[in-house]
Amino acid sequence: MSHEAALHEGHGHEEHGHHEHHDTFLTKYVFSQDHKMIAKQFLITGMVWAVLGGLMSVLFRLQLGYPDASFPWLESLLGKWAKGGQITPEAYYALVTTHGTVLVFFVLTAGLSGTFANFLIPLQVGARDMASPFMNMLSYWFFFTASVIMMSSLFVETGPFSGGWTAYPPLSALHDASPGSKTGMDLWIISMALFVVSSLLGGLNYIATILNMRTKGMSMTRLPLTIWALFFTAVLGVLSFPVLLSGMILLIFDRNFGTSFYLSDIYVNGVGALSNEGGSAILFQHLFWFLGHPEVYIILLPAMGMVSEIMSVNSRKPIFGYMAMLGSLFAIAILAFLVWAHHMFVTGLNPFLGSVFVLLTLLIAVPSAIKVFNWLTTLWRGNIRFTPGMLFAIGFVSLFISGGLTGIWLGNAALDIYLHDSYFVVAHFHIVMGVASMFGMFAGVYHWFPKMYGRYLNNTLGYVHFWITIAGAYMIFWPMHYQGLAGMPRRYFDFSIWESFKQFAELNRFISTVAMIVFATQILFLINFFYSIFKGRKVTVLNPWESNTLEWTTPIRPGHGNWPGEIPEVYRWPYDYGKDGHDFIPQTTPVGADETGTH
Amino acid sequence: MATELKTKNKIHPQKLYLYAGLGSIVMMFAGLTSAYIVKKSQANWLDFDLPKVFFISTVVILLSSFTMQMAVKKAKEGLQNPYRGFLSVTAILGVVFMVMQVQGFMALQANNIALTGPRSNSAASFLFVITLLHLLHVLGGVIALIGVSFKSFSAKNNTENTLPVELLSTYWHFVDILWIYLFVFLHWIG
Repeated sequence: MSHEAALHEGHGHEEHGHHEHHDTFLTKYVFSQDHKMIAKQFLITGMVWAVLGGLMSVLFRLQLGYPDASFPWLESLLGKWAKGGQITPEAYYALVTTHGTVLVFFVLTAGLSGTFANFLIPLQVGARDMASPFMNMLSYWFFFTASVIMMSSLFVETGPFSGGWTAYPPLSALHDASPGSKTGMDLWIISMALFVVSSLLGGLNYIATILNMRTKGMSMTRLPLTIWALFFTAVLGVLSFPVLLSGMILLIFDRNFGTSFYLSDIYVNGVGALSNEGGSAILFQHLFWFLGHPEVYIILLPAMGMVSEIMSVNSRKPIFGYMAMLGSLFAIAILAFLVWAHHMFVTGLNPFLGSVFVLLTLLIAVPSAIKVFNWLTTLWRGNIRFTPGMLFAIGFVSLFISGGLTGIWLGNAALDIYLHDSYFVVAHFHIVMGVASMFGMFAGVYHWFPKMYGRYLNNTLGYVHFWITIAGAYMIFWPMHYQGLAGMPRRYFDFSIWESFKQFAELNRFISTVAMIVFATQILFLINFFYSIFKGRKVTVLNPWESNTLEWTTPIRPGHGNWPGEIPEVYRWPYDYGKDGHDFIPQTTPVGADETGTH
Repeated sequence: MATELKTKNKIHPQKLYLYAGLGSIVMMFAGLTSAYIVKKSQANWLDFDLPKVFFISTVVILLSSFTMQMAVKKAKEGLQNPYRGFLSVTAILGVVFMVMQVQGFMALQANNIALTGPRSNSAASFLFVITLLHLLHVLGGVIALIGVSFKSFSAKNNTENTLPVELLSTYWHFVDILWIYLFVFLHWIG
């Protein structure tokens, strides 16, 4: 295993790097084919969406926290959607839907794996660029176009789609179902279709690059766990997004060509039935969740990979159980495809089938637990450096445990039938998927910012950002578990009219207040981010974190092609920390004659 | 060991890109045909025969795979004129296949089996959407075929770099096999 020197011919080793590229502004910053620039484009577009999506959540939390209050500034901001200073129910649903759609797809899929897969894969496997830089550029521009179209749906007269991010028919299939089901839904579908194309173009590139463009000596088992996680993410995306696309194509036919794949015997506003018959709305749910569940892991796995890497670097210890980490990633990726119907326990699913899905769902706890224990044992007796990146990585593990445990509750059909569509579910998925992955993303940004921009982020602001965000995240979502257990349903506009939920009025206000504080803290992060790009402390050493991986062997601000000379050769795995009296041994250091236990 | 590994990794990244892409197309049609099976077991399913022309189009696309393979062979042998010929014939067969598929849709409509619209039954709509999506994939192949054919006539040394035509042939065989699968599925299972 130690020498697989001839593993690669290294496509393109000689093509770049030696000569200067004469880029114009347009080819360098706009239609760039450099994976590092494309990564930044994904990151910044994702950040724009994160701010918008976050702002939407603040607006609908305002309604939930202060259902009777009137805020005149809301009317000047939203116009007819907030008549009299109070958000209308239609606007509330549109905000919830758009918040879900953009956070899941545009921020935590495109913004997260789009950024870090593009940035890290060529740098960490030792390649000049992606397998197809052109397709990579297309991937971003499809995403950008999808973004513009989704954004434009916010401004149509009947409003954006408002039937929930899952776009279940009939709300999504009938033009007359709700105001948002008209043009808003058309734009939603077009935007999502373009987004799927973007994900596929990106994902195929990531797979081809990882499998085929690794540098000399970089065997698959010497890859950093980041790359493994991004690899499985790409495989999940490439295999599951087309199924969503097929579901959406059928939806387009139902909406526009009078077919009845999903529609059956429905009365619209009590005035006569549809001419469609024989369709099944549940069919869409199957197609949707066949993507929808892997999507959860498309969001989570990149964060897991980055956290593994950041934890090992900042604990100055090898990652505990590399092969177990790899195996558990693989197990999660397989199981991700076999559990989709646990989102559908209340659809009248055959109870026997339901029990199969319960079993498969609960099995995910095994690889998840392996990962958690491995992270904890990596920290154990480590020489821990509490950088902001490291704190966010530890925060990720905390949130993954808290949110994962409630997954065991919800994975049981018997409990889920009670808890389904309640705030318990909202709390669960926001903690385990939303906030946890966001923490993974923050960890990645803090850790790799010096490589991206050649400057450091401000640490003090980073610590403030971390502590307020983690405390706030728990203050927002922890109480929601109790609300859910008490039966409080999600997706309701106003709880104040129910006697049984009045007890939560103060709690709702508390949650909304914290949500606003946490949102404001993210603005602090944005200021830190954009200020540091231009004015941050300059990086003066090649390897500021004393890390073993290849990206830190490039110049401080690498050009297109990454390495000015030859691509370095790799002789060991990336986790030789605290070994044989050395604090760290980079992957490019040849194995010494008397070295113990080489990988 | 070293040489063995070297050969193992000889595969061009763009070929790998294509293979993974084909996997994703497979998933799309797997999704659609699974949905078809689920829907078939429910009420209101209309049983009808496939249009006759689909049988002929199946032969046409099989034939086009053969000519495609011959084109690759000739390209590798450096025989320019046969390469151009087989490539062009493949493109023409692709167009013929597409026309036949559309004729099939028209034959169904003529037999009062509505593919879309209020009178349509999911059975016919499914057939229409699935075959239409396959048709669009063939269209993509035909466009590429026409592009490569044009290049083969214009370029002087058109058989030097065989990568484009190899990629194209892989894709073309794929849409062929995909059609065979869909045909068997719709004819016997559907």
